[in-house]
Amino acid sequence: MSAGSYDAIVIGAGHNGLIAAAYLARAGKKVVVLERNDRVGGATVTREIFPGYRFTEFSYVVSLLRPDIIRDLELPRHGLKILPLPSTVTPMDNGDYLAAWDDHDLTRREIYRHSPRDAEAVDEYSRVMARAAKAIKPILSVVPPDPSSMSWRDLAGLLKLGKIGASMSEQERYRIAKLMTQSAGDLLDEWFEFDPLKGTKSASGIIGTFLGPRSPGTAYVLLHHYMGEIDGAFRAWGFAKNGTGGIAEAIATSARALGVEVRLSASVEKVIVQGGRATGVALANGDELRAKVVMSAVDPKRSFLQFLEPKHLPDDFVQAIRNFRVRGSSGKVNLALSELPQFTCLPGDGPLHRGAISFSPSIDYIERAYDDAKYGRFAQQPYIDSIIPSMIDRDMAPPGHHVMSCFVQYAPYDIEGGWDDAKRDAFGEAVISTIERHAPNIRRAIIGKQVITPKDIEDISGITGGNIFHGELLLHQLFFLRPAPQWADFRTPLPGYYYGASGAHPGGGIMGANGQLAALEVLKDWR
Amino acid sequence: MSGAPYSLYKLKRTPFHERIAPLCLPQNWRRWSGYITVGSYDLGIDREYWAIRDAAALIDVSPLMKYLLEGPDAARLLDRIITRDIRKLAIGQVYYTGWCDEEGKLLDDGTVTRLGEQSFRLTAAEPSLRWLSMNAVGMQVRVTEVTEQMAALSLQGPKSRAILNRCCETSLDGLRFFRMAENRLQGTPVSISRTGYTGDLGFEIWMDAADALPVWDALMAAGNDYGITPCGILAMDMARVEAGLFMLDVDYTAANHAWIASQKSSPFEMGLGWTVALDKPGYFVGRRALEREAREGPAWKLVGIEVDWEGLEKVYGSVGLPPQIPGAAVRGSLPVMREGKQVGYASTSTWSPVLKKYIALVHLERPHYEPGTRVEIEITAEHKRRYAPGTVVTLPFYDPPWKKK
Repeated sequence: MSAGSYDAIVIGAGHNGLIAAAYLARAGKKVVVLERNDRVGGATVTREIFPGYRFTEFSYVVSLLRPDIIRDLELPRHGLKILPLPSTVTPMDNGDYLAAWDDHDLTRREIYRHSPRDAEAVDEYSRVMARAAKAIKPILSVVPPDPSSMSWRDLAGLLKLGKIGASMSEQERYRIAKLMTQSAGDLLDEWFEFDPLKGTKSASGIIGTFLGPRSPGTAYVLLHHYMGEIDGAFRAWGFAKNGTGGIAEAIATSARALGVEVRLSASVEKVIVQGGRATGVALANGDELRAKVVMSAVDPKRSFLQFLEPKHLPDDFVQAIRNFRVRGSSGKVNLALSELPQFTCLPGDGPLHRGAISFSPSIDYIERAYDDAKYGRFAQQPYIDSIIPSMIDRDMAPPGHHVMSCFVQYAPYDIEGGWDDAKRDAFGEAVISTIERHAPNIRRAIIGKQVITPKDIEDISGITGGNIFHGELLLHQLFFLRPAPQWADFRTPLPGYYYGASGAHPGGGIMGANGQLAALEVLKDWR
Repeated sequence: MSGAPYSLYKLKRTPFHERIAPLCLPQNWRRWSGYITVGSYDLGIDREYWAIRDAAALIDVSPLMKYLLEGPDAARLLDRIITRDIRKLAIGQVYYTGWCDEEGKLLDDGTVTRLGEQSFRLTAAEPSLRWLSMNAVGMQVRVTEVTEQMAALSLQGPKSRAILNRCCETSLDGLRFFRMAENRLQGTPVSISRTGYTGDLGFEIWMDAADALPVWDALMAAGNDYGITPCGILAMDMARVEAGLFMLDVDYTAANHAWIASQKSSPFEMGLGWTVALDKPGYFVGRRALEREAREGPAWKLVGIEVDWEGLEKVYGSVGLPPQIPGAAVRGSLPVMREGKQVGYASTSTWSPVLKKYIALVHLERPHYEPGTRVEIEITAEHKRRYAPGTVVTLPFYDPPWKKK
């Protein structure tokens, strides 16, 4: 059975797939996006699990979404609102806390309370990191050239990269070389002495990786998360109105306005190959769709190992994708609350509830949590990055009630004996008891909870391995190596088949450059 | 150093002072018509701004000039002064309007509310008692200034109606845009108009100054679960630019304050052509001049421009910086150019967080004010004068569907 013919088929209505589709439609192409779930968003989704309580199920904050995408697709007009997330508070075991407020002087005085030395170091550190991020940021919008290739496109790309490198001072280049190889722990030890400060800062070096803060390469991940903070008015972490699903909805609205057809509950079974070209897709319901171009915007494993038979791809490529590390390491616990959690370190309803609350008392604490995961267990005392979305966006919960989003690391995909209900419950319990130590009323306040393991992420969103970034942000999986050497320019060994998701350059997070750059490459090849 | 002689030697405090003063953390106070009023309650204005656009912002607007006009000729007086047709103003309806001098140049702008057949409330930015009295010669009308007797709060934002419904005797669901109704707010008599200075869903609550504190308390309590946020005038200033609303002394000069003719503006020039009811019968102040202008078309027009972000990037990139965005609305004149020649100026510009655009209220000479016209606005980057390209757009910049719904 055949149903329709398009210029381009995009597989997956996550933010990248929708963005790619919108850019293709903007260039006049007839595009359909196929989504296996009954809603758009992929891992960028908001769901009402309990009536009235809306959870940002997987991803929960945004900072990296590229400004040019926001403008090109007119996302504010289509409903995108990014609300400020002004602070981070780290409760400490001794009953005190460490806070980073949204004011420079307040934050400096707060850190001074704990360490006068760190209070000054933190300023210099921020400047150095911001400069490094500024220097490296242009790379995010560059299609990775293949350093081994002699094609004009790759040479031009290398030249452009060379220019970015040349614009840095020698010191900056060394600094970046160091950042690329160092562990977050080593980097922070060079700068600071106060454990909760180091612990909290190290956390952004491990998010989405299967590494501990003492593993080399985590300093780069830390920098990756800094990128969003240097873009003038677009900077800083924020909370999207209606949760991250609000972002996907805005992109989908924009895409539809551009003529994109979005088909929900349309699960792709196979990419159809004819005459050595991708010519369409076969759906699980038996429908076949034809198009000049097929783009996958799902994880690399499904894109290349599931949708295609190995015979359509070179062996070394198949091998590279098999080796691509996609082990999920984090989970989510989403809570519906009848009252705000009351923190013993800062009693009462206050500004702490409007920002991030980070359970990261030290690097060792997080490293120990990693130790558990290394040997196939979830962390008994995990690192938790929590926010209370209903304090930022009142539409997330019924008046007077709240939702709390807890990003939890570590929870290994490959848990010993496999995930089951008992382990999921125990994992949720470990998270709640960790919070309870600092906010004793939490248990009483819970009227609904959703515990999501990496296995659940895989089952619900489809991402192989349940890694929110489609593949760890490791140096050997970035830039011209993402998702595989020689195929980082969004093309694949199969003509007519393109790849533009978090598993492609420039990596994970709600950034969108992956889908956008991939679409622009498709258009370059269009004949 | 206390006592009677010095009580006049300080700025006035609004009836809400007792509540707002302890909340004003940065001691960021501004002046407004001889009162001190809160600039911002937080160290930054983000949260207050987003309360306007996503929750509910509570703004003390008591310093507004307020007048009560009563008597058989009250309508006749207003009809003579304002440019709109007072006969069409129903009881419980509110007009936004300007009023002019004999040359058809704006003296002020504000709202007129019809409280009854023969009674009206007028709000103004400038003291207007003298102008009202001068025009009331021979009329049976009593004009009373009630600025100090009447406190006013503006509750603005998508959640404002839900909050009022929680603490008001009569539901606000039926109150239409630019209508007013008497109500009781937790037992206190108030009048509530569906008006504001933000371009969002919003209400203004008018009450006896003696009732100010209980009304504030009741609103804060009712709004707690809806994210009610005390909000200063700096965040409101950003919102009003997005809403395309201008401000006396910032975006135009009152005709009677102007030193030179070019400082004066007509309603047509300020985009208020829709408020000039030339079809109403009889004389009103400025009529002849306005009729002439309506025929000839205004020489200037207040419109918006949206600055190209890529252009801003280029301007700042030329000195090695990412675009620098001011944290609040900028009240300062910036030349606007077209093909190298100055064709107007921006009077207020701001970053719009909700639109993610840099926008400005600009005054452009005919014919450059047509929507879609490409112009350039002056930007100073690292002490260097540069020009960023932008496009002329109609106002408002931001007009959410729930504003009038």
